Amino acid sequence: MLDSVRDLLPIILVIGFFQLVVLRQPIPHLGTLLGGTALVVLGLTLFVRGLEISLFPLGESMAYAFARKGSLTWLLAFAFALGFGTTVAEPALIAVAGEAAKVAANGGMIADRADAMQAYALGLRFTVALSVGLAIVIGVLRILRGWPIQYLIIGGYIGVVIMTELAPKSIVGIAYDSGGVTTSTITVPLVTALGVGLASSIKGRNPMTDGFGLIAFASLTPMIFVMGYGMLI
Amino acid sequence: MEFFAHIATVVRSTVFDVLPIVVIIFAFQFFVIRRPIPHMKQVLVGFVYVVLGLALFLVGLEEALFPLGKLMARQLTDPAFVHGAAQAGAAAVSHWYDYRWVYLFGAAIGFATTIAEPALIAVAIKAQDVSGGTVTVWGLRIAVAIGVGIGIALGTFRIVSGTPLHYYIVAGYLIVLIQTALAPRMIIALAYDSGGVTTSTVTVPLVTALGLGLASTVPGRSPLLDGFGLIAFASLFPIMSVMAYAQLGQWRYRRAQARRTKGD
Repeated sequence: MLDSVRDLLPIILVIGFFQLVVLRQPIPHLGTLLGGTALVVLGLTLFVRGLEISLFPLGESMAYAFARKGSLTWLLAFAFALGFGTTVAEPALIAVAGEAAKVAANGGMIADRADAMQAYALGLRFTVALSVGLAIVIGVLRILRGWPIQYLIIGGYIGVVIMTELAPKSIVGIAYDSGGVTTSTITVPLVTALGVGLASSIKGRNPMTDGFGLIAFASLTPMIFVMGYGMLI
Repeated sequence: MEFFAHIATVVRSTVFDVLPIVVIIFAFQFFVIRRPIPHMKQVLVGFVYVVLGLALFLVGLEEALFPLGKLMARQLTDPAFVHGAAQAGAAAVSHWYDYRWVYLFGAAIGFATTIAEPALIAVAIKAQDVSGGTVTVWGLRIAVAIGVGIGIALGTFRIVSGTPLHYYIVAGYLIVLIQTALAPRMIIALAYDSGGVTTSTVTVPLVTALGLGLASTVPGRSPLLDGFGLIAFASLFPIMSVMAYAQLGQWRYRRAQARRTKGD
């Protein structure tokens, strides 16, 4: 509880300072604000507790189980399903895809009709989900084989730069942002525990240097794929 | 009453968000691994905690902090505030420094929301575990938060000045490349990861409101074309700040060692 209060303190200070000192206005609905803050504190406390007793052990035990089973195909299938399944329903992504459809309709890339925009948004969501699934697969393969992460990431950056040149200008901003919205609050702990669990159950891998990095791939590939989508449509 | 109905709606939508993950995990556990989940009861209780915690967290943010944060983003970008009330009527020419409070607000709110970001807390706990304390929970969180703060401040400056997004991103990539070559190897994967975890539940809505508010009030900017891109800044700069954090630690360690050998 006390930890969560401390986590939230900076936000309260920033909002208080700007509202009272810079904008020189009273804080509206002080009661609601305090009640809401109490809920946030309670929620954060529960979430962190849940992480420690559930998501972390689950991710790790699955990583150990797959390592023991020794079937590469199933592990990769699981990696893909986890990446794809958690992204396709992600609310932040649904919001961004809707915005992107508006931009595309405005720019004359697609017809300015509701059905065309809906189809475009759905296509975009599947594109991003596919790219995240693929990202987790590549990331898991990297952990198994022990490839150094920087070469893969640098390759990805070069891909982003090349695609930026080729893709229509109006899609670039959305593509860059889509990298950030794919990784949700429940996916991150699970995927991190999976990566660290895999790296610690395989001989010769170090959980610190090899276990992290799955999230990095999941934020990089959507940028490339969304720009590709913008070029095709 | 309405309030509880709202909580119920958010709980329901959080359950639906989590459902695909639960289905995938249980399907693989039962059909592929074919072994019962260890500590099944504890895992289920934990899942309830996570869903309920996340739902309460979101309700609290939506009820209290987001409306105020968005209102402030609007007020700070309002031309009447930016140019001072006296000048608001006249066709005021915008200078980039007229928006100094916006940059400061962007940096402060980026830092503050990142500290409260649940996904980052998760990664930081794991990183402290795995690194045996070389990377601490608070060290990592503050390093990432500084990165996000700088990123948002620079991102708002970009919207005001209207320079192309990809110049900044490409330059940022170059700095990341150079740091990758110099930073301790153990931090690299974690640093790349921290770019992705910073931007979720807390940061995205507030930062998006700031970006859209700016892009719709600064003359000559379009909210559709210029409003995006802040998230990209917020995911790029933490990579640099986390590597810098490790580089700083390494440098201090070396200096302490050098002093010790001199002392002997």
